[in-house]
Parts: sequence; structure tokens; C-alpha cells
Amino acid sequence: MDKAQILQRLPYTSPFLFVDRLVHINANGVVGKYTFRDDLPFYKGHFKDFPLTPGALLTECCAQIGVVCLGIYLFSEEIASKAAIALTKTEMEFLLPVLPGETVTVASEKVYFRFQKLKCKVKMTNALDQVVCKGEISGMLIPSEREK
Amino acid sequence: MEKENLELYQKLREIVGQYLPEDISVNDIKVNSNFTQELNINSANLVDIVLDVEDAFDIMLENEDMDGMQTVEDALTIIAQKIDQNPS
Repeated sequence: MDKAQILQRLPYTSPFLFVDRLVHINANGVVGKYTFRDDLPFYKGHFKDFPLTPGALLTECCAQIGVVCLGIYLFSEEIASKAAIALTKTEMEFLLPVLPGETVTVASEKVYFRFQKLKCKVKMTNALDQVVCKGEISGMLIPSEREK
Repeated sequence: MEKENLELYQKLREIVGQYLPEDISVNDIKVNSNFTQELNINSANLVDIVLDVEDAFDIMLENEDMDGMQTVEDALTIIAQKIDQNPS
């Protein structure tokens, strides 16, 4: 499965799609990019006087690229069926703020993919290659419809 | 319970104990406890239990083993079988 097909299969759309493109992907990990455009609606409220990307959305971005994209890839390789992915655990550390307009890179490394559970080590870096946040995210892959 | 099985049971209880939700205590773990129904362990944590079991007993478990592990007793049976299969 190629990168474009994976993006197509993502179950998200605006305003909750936090993947712009995948740089590379294989069975051991994935690297992807996303730009937090400065017109995203939540910046109006987070925070009142100074817009900053919420940590919850940095985590979401890491999960979409690092676990969901990788999960779709791994699942299609192994059992050729479509999968829904349920987030089961996140453990994140936030080190630097992400301002409106910044492009971030998420690198995810598979810790294990067994019994339908995918656990990954994720790391988000900014344009200066500084680590913005890092941690571990796990999800359970639930087979949905068979490949047509 | 035989001595060997008792050791196995104790070890399994220790592992399972780490994944119990807050409202369940280690003392609630009985031989016939159902992991998901009675001990309220979710499927994601059940995978972690299985992976810890593999490390602790130096065995390899397959999908069908996972499917067969409904209760603590099921797990004990499967673990004992696997240990017998590869004496190390």
C-alpha cells in the first residue's frame, strides 16, 4: 500500500485531519508532516490572548500519523482488510510550544504490533528539528469490512 | 493445586495485578475469574498481560491462545501446555 492510499483511508476530515503528507513508511515506522495553519478555529480560544496549539492536538497529530497511518499500513500488509483504530493509551511529554503556522514532523517507531494492538514511540519535531513532544501511544486495530 | 501450578498461578496473579482497574484488587483474582467480564480488563491491557506472560515464562503465544484465554484457569492451562512444549 502506498502513501497516497493510506492518506485516502484515514477516517478523518477537516477540521480534524492532522496529517498533510507522509515522508516515508515501512513495517517498522512512519514519518509524516502537518502544518498547523494559523486560521485553525481553536486558536481563537486557546488561549484568549495568545494562540498556542493545544497539547491534546499535538497528541492527536502524533496519533494520526504515528499510530493510525502505520496501523492502516500494517493491517493491509498482514490481513488485507480495512481497520478501524481505537486509541487505548497515550503517555506524552510536552517540551516546546507550537505556534500557529508551524510545520511539525512526527516520527513514529513501532514498539510492537501483536494481537491487533499497535504500540508506538512517537516524537514530534519543529522546523528547527527541536523536539516538541514525545511519548508512547497505543491503539487497538479492529477489522472492519473486507477489502473489495 | 500442585506446587508447580501454584507457582505459575502466583506469577500470573502478579502480572494480572498490574493491569487491574482501580476498583478491582489483586485479592479479587480467583482461578475462575474471567479477565474481561469479572476483572474488567480491557482488550488492550489483555494484550499487555499476554506479552508479559510470554516474557515471564519464556513462551510464545498465538492468536488462538489469546482467543482461548477467557479466564485465569484458561491462561494457566495454556501457559502450562506451552511450557511443556519447549522445556528450556
